[in-house]
Amino acid sequence: MADYLLKTENLSAYFGDKETVKNVNVSFQRNQVIAIMGPSGCGKTTFLRCLNRMHELTPIATTTGKILMHDQDINSLPPILVRSKIGMVFQQPNPFPSMSIYDNVIAGYKLNGVKLSKEDKDTIVHESLKKAALFEEVKDKLNEKGGFLSGGQQQRLCIARAIALKPEIILMDEPTSALDPKSTIQIEELMQNLKQNYTVIVVTHNMQQAKRVSDTSAFFFLGELVEYGKTQEVFENPKDKRTESYIEGVFS
Amino acid sequence: MKTINQNIRQRIIKNNIAKGLVFLFALLCIVPLISILFYITKQGITSINWDFIVNIPKPVGEKGGGIANAIVGSLIIVGIATLMAIPFGVIGGIYLHEHSHSKLAIWSRFATDILMGIPSIVIGIIAYLWVVMTFGGFSAFSGSVALAIMMLPIIVKSTEETLKLLPKQLKESSLALGVPYHKTIIRLILPSAISGIVSGILLAVARVAGETAPLLFTAFGNSYLSTSPGEPMQNLPLLIFNYATSPYKDWHNLAWGASFILLVWILLMNLTTKLIIRKWQITY
Repeated sequence: MADYLLKTENLSAYFGDKETVKNVNVSFQRNQVIAIMGPSGCGKTTFLRCLNRMHELTPIATTTGKILMHDQDINSLPPILVRSKIGMVFQQPNPFPSMSIYDNVIAGYKLNGVKLSKEDKDTIVHESLKKAALFEEVKDKLNEKGGFLSGGQQQRLCIARAIALKPEIILMDEPTSALDPKSTIQIEELMQNLKQNYTVIVVTHNMQQAKRVSDTSAFFFLGELVEYGKTQEVFENPKDKRTESYIEGVFS
Repeated sequence: MKTINQNIRQRIIKNNIAKGLVFLFALLCIVPLISILFYITKQGITSINWDFIVNIPKPVGEKGGGIANAIVGSLIIVGIATLMAIPFGVIGGIYLHEHSHSKLAIWSRFATDILMGIPSIVIGIIAYLWVVMTFGGFSAFSGSVALAIMMLPIIVKSTEETLKLLPKQLKESSLALGVPYHKTIIRLILPSAISGIVSGILLAVARVAGETAPLLFTAFGNSYLSTSPGEPMQNLPLLIFNYATSPYKDWHNLAWGASFILLVWILLMNLTTKLIIRKWQITY
């Protein structure tokens, strides 16, 4: 077993000719929350989308370099497999509006045409909702459509949907930036619980959030990985001048 | 003070005149529809009874007779046309949305817009050349081909427009769950857009159900009941056209009755469309 879960080697990402992520070498440990921060347009979301091969869905987008998971380059695996091992939660809560809460949780199986027995389905749905701290709130309404849920509940439903596929890593792209403070705190607590079973990589432009939730922090600037290390050290004792100025709020 | 008061009164009067005009013109827009409905109902409803629906026309001079052959014919011709137009229209609409900037999409969108404006009689001639000439005879099927060509742009457009309204993240979140692209489209995108797509299809049906010109030299008409797509077939618009221009009073009555039935059919299609949009629509 390698000492890392996911590692990039000379990873660069492009939109056409524009290099958005520049030659990033980083390795992530398991059972941690890793925060990726940086000013707008620094490539942090693009970097995140490379990790489960969502980046390549944009017509002109390409990558070079390697992304290794268990010593296997994910670019040589089928994207479908990669995306079920590395789940994703988006900025806007986006449960499937045509499906009930129950069906939303097992959507990954349903849409893929995987046949499950009723008991298996029930187990997956209940467990996933419990892990996403949503079960108590929706247990009587599992067969209703999720339109009445609050933004925070919808986001936790999306997390449950990602968990249901039993991924190893959950990517979160600014998961709380569309939510109110109370829902934000719930999601942050949830991240803390999730790291017992999963590795969470979260993009955030909120430094306080990065400080609160993460064990390890990465700071991106203009497509480069400027700083990477234990969150406490990155915040208290940054090695790079640019990280220091960002943390002090010189630019944002 | 006086001038200001006068001014206000003038403004109120102008305002009321404007309001009145807007109301009047809005009312004028529904006058044609109401008068058509009223007149056709008044003329046609007296012909309508059970015999009218289940019998075929009697020879000139004999009383009674119905339009069963035309009702059955219209249902078959429009039905086959719909079955042909749906796959092409829906899949074409999906392509236009998914690859909206590709060369093929730009050209086929342009072609669809043009097709929408081509006179129906021209489409009838095309169907005559393609199908009637090829198979050596008038047939219901050739009529269906003509109607399907007319339905195509309506279905393509409505499918594309409906898909445009779906949020972009819907597709992304499905792909992020590891669902392959084709399954995302078939199992998620299409069901989410179903209300718009189905209502587009129904509107297309309502639009072509009353078309006469494309059927003149394709389906051709038939005095007898025929259910074989390979033979000439009677249909409502053609029956109305032929009987209304005939010199016989009895046939005029049949034409009025047929007009009423056609009108009710099309109204029902439109109402169903409205209902489907209201019941099936998914909000985001």
